[in-house]
Amino acid sequence: MTLDREAVLKRLGAVGYVADPQLATAVVLMQQLARPLLIEGEAGVGKTEVAKALAAVFETPLIRLQCYEGLDANAAVYEWDYQRQLLAIKIWESEKRSAEEKERHIFDEDFLLKRPLLKAISMEKPPVLLVDEIDRADEEFEAYLLEVLSDFQISIPELGTVTATAIPYVVLTSNGTRELSDALRRRCLYHYVDLPSEAKELRIVAARLPDIESALAAQVVRFVQALRKEDLRKKPGVAETLDWAAALMGLGVKDLRDEPEALHESLMCLLKTQEDQAAVPIEVVERLAGKAG
Amino acid sequence: MTGAVAILTPQDGGRMLARRFVGFVRALRDNGFPVGLRETIDGLRVARQAELDHREPLRWALRSLLCASRTDWQRFDEVFDLYWRGHGQLRAAQISAGGSRSRTPEITDAEGHTGPMLGADRGEDAEAEGGEGRRGGASSAESLAATDLRHIIDADELARINDLTERLAARMKYRLTRRERQRRRGRRLDLRRVIHRSIRFGGTPMQLAYRVRWPKPLRLVVILDASGSMSLYSTFFVRFIRGVLDNFREAEAFVFHTRLIHISAALRERDTEKALERMALMAAGWAGGTRIGDSLAAFNRNYAASVINSRTAVMIVSDGYDTGAPETLSAEMARLKRRAKRIIWLNPMIGWRDYAPVAQGMAAALPHVDLFASAHNLESLAALEPYLAKL
Repeated sequence: MTLDREAVLKRLGAVGYVADPQLATAVVLMQQLARPLLIEGEAGVGKTEVAKALAAVFETPLIRLQCYEGLDANAAVYEWDYQRQLLAIKIWESEKRSAEEKERHIFDEDFLLKRPLLKAISMEKPPVLLVDEIDRADEEFEAYLLEVLSDFQISIPELGTVTATAIPYVVLTSNGTRELSDALRRRCLYHYVDLPSEAKELRIVAARLPDIESALAAQVVRFVQALRKEDLRKKPGVAETLDWAAALMGLGVKDLRDEPEALHESLMCLLKTQEDQAAVPIEVVERLAGKAG
Repeated sequence: MTGAVAILTPQDGGRMLARRFVGFVRALRDNGFPVGLRETIDGLRVARQAELDHREPLRWALRSLLCASRTDWQRFDEVFDLYWRGHGQLRAAQISAGGSRSRTPEITDAEGHTGPMLGADRGEDAEAEGGEGRRGGASSAESLAATDLRHIIDADELARINDLTERLAARMKYRLTRRERQRRRGRRLDLRRVIHRSIRFGGTPMQLAYRVRWPKPLRLVVILDASGSMSLYSTFFVRFIRGVLDNFREAEAFVFHTRLIHISAALRERDTEKALERMALMAAGWAGGTRIGDSLAAFNRNYAASVINSRTAVMIVSDGYDTGAPETLSAEMARLKRRAKRIIWLNPMIGWRDYAPVAQGMAAALPHVDLFASAHNLESLAALEPYLAKL
């Protein structure tokens, strides 16, 4: 099943992800060229959402590998179930079998715990594999990942080589904590996600919060867009906009200009550091709300 | 259908298309895009089956495939339009004519001339000499080491300083690595191996196996003040930094005067002439005024996230004479302190008799500094070694 650009766009829209043709093209290429897609962009622009939406588009499970410093093959690829292996050895102790046979028994696939990478390549139907925040993993792991993503096979010394039954759709995200290797970058398709324009953000809010009144949605988006222009340490992302809009709906706010104080208090949805909260006092909130209305 | 796109129609068996496409890839490479052979082949495949009467789908597809970073992403349109809309690769190739192939735009757009302090670097590419150098650091050249760096001008002596600093950096690294290894040994069981070994004892884990975590090297980020008041020392420290970059597995270097410049790539250049050329490009403002606070702000904003990890020590080399506001410096130091494991501030002025850190900037920065030390000669640098080894 290869979807063309229009189909991808339509399906992404149907699952609530507002996409542009550029991203849809990248998804088409993922299918055609079997290359992973590397997504970069500031925190909170919805990089991870792309993978979730893709899983829905292809109607396939999402397998997520969250990277962190010190992530190793045991946590990412596979691990033996040691407790069960020890038990099995004990149980088989009295059996009159050769050592080879016992060894074969305890290194059976039954005792293999599949971690995300192995799971992703051994599924019948190609899943979406999300390698989240690859920049947090060590260089060594990145190199290993590159190898897996080129050959789509993993070798397990005790068992042999596992070759992918179906090539997964791989999405990598990066926040730029560390410079990624050129080899990995070259191997991947690339997509950069910017903070959305006002029109696009409005469409996102409407798609994600269908119950919101359009007047409030417009105000919220304009407010956040203006807030991003202030000198902040952490600019609120799309996820924050959605949180805040939902919070305002929950508080029963109909118009941003009505209750500046409640508005100011609800800003904790948008501003996540004390420094930024101090940088936006209630006067600024009123000014921005006035402009947004 | 415009002229350029008409060429893409596969009537001539795609040979013309292939030629045009290879030209496009060359234009991208000239502009610093890392396009490999496999990308070229895949790109051609995509171009062949694209809806050829429209340019946009081709643009989207090639942008996905041939870009590899944010900089590429932002510049792709420009190259694409020039190449496919104009009539040839020449114009596209000229977009960055004169710029380096560096991936950091901050360097590329710097326009400038050779700064006075850079001249002293010319013609020097001293290699470490054989085995003798391995044994010891500063002690083997005592008389030289005790001389204040201000008084050294002789080229031969400069070469020896270079040699010493390189060795010093190498020793710091070595100490660190060894410490890590010994402390970590045997802390975690390697269960996979324990199970394997236990088979021959019928499942009783008689022989244990440990996992030794491979020690991670310390990352050193050096931020050097190259303003006028520091000019006596900056050549020496540039050389020191070069030694650091060569010998530490992970290191980054920055220089600031009125603004901040990332110089790691230029200093890593092995070809001395090329290195000088690249540094000359950046040297505008060298030995001018100082804006420490603003430079640190630039560092925090643009680089800190990517160059500082949990094992990073930041070394600032400056006399603390700042023409900016001390409040800015204080705030930026606090911000830096939150990220970096250790901050070391080397101040050549401590070596001068009767110097106390009264410079306003220095006073503002001091509360955030883990180690405030003198660095006016090699002995004082060598004295830092045990401290760095303990990080």
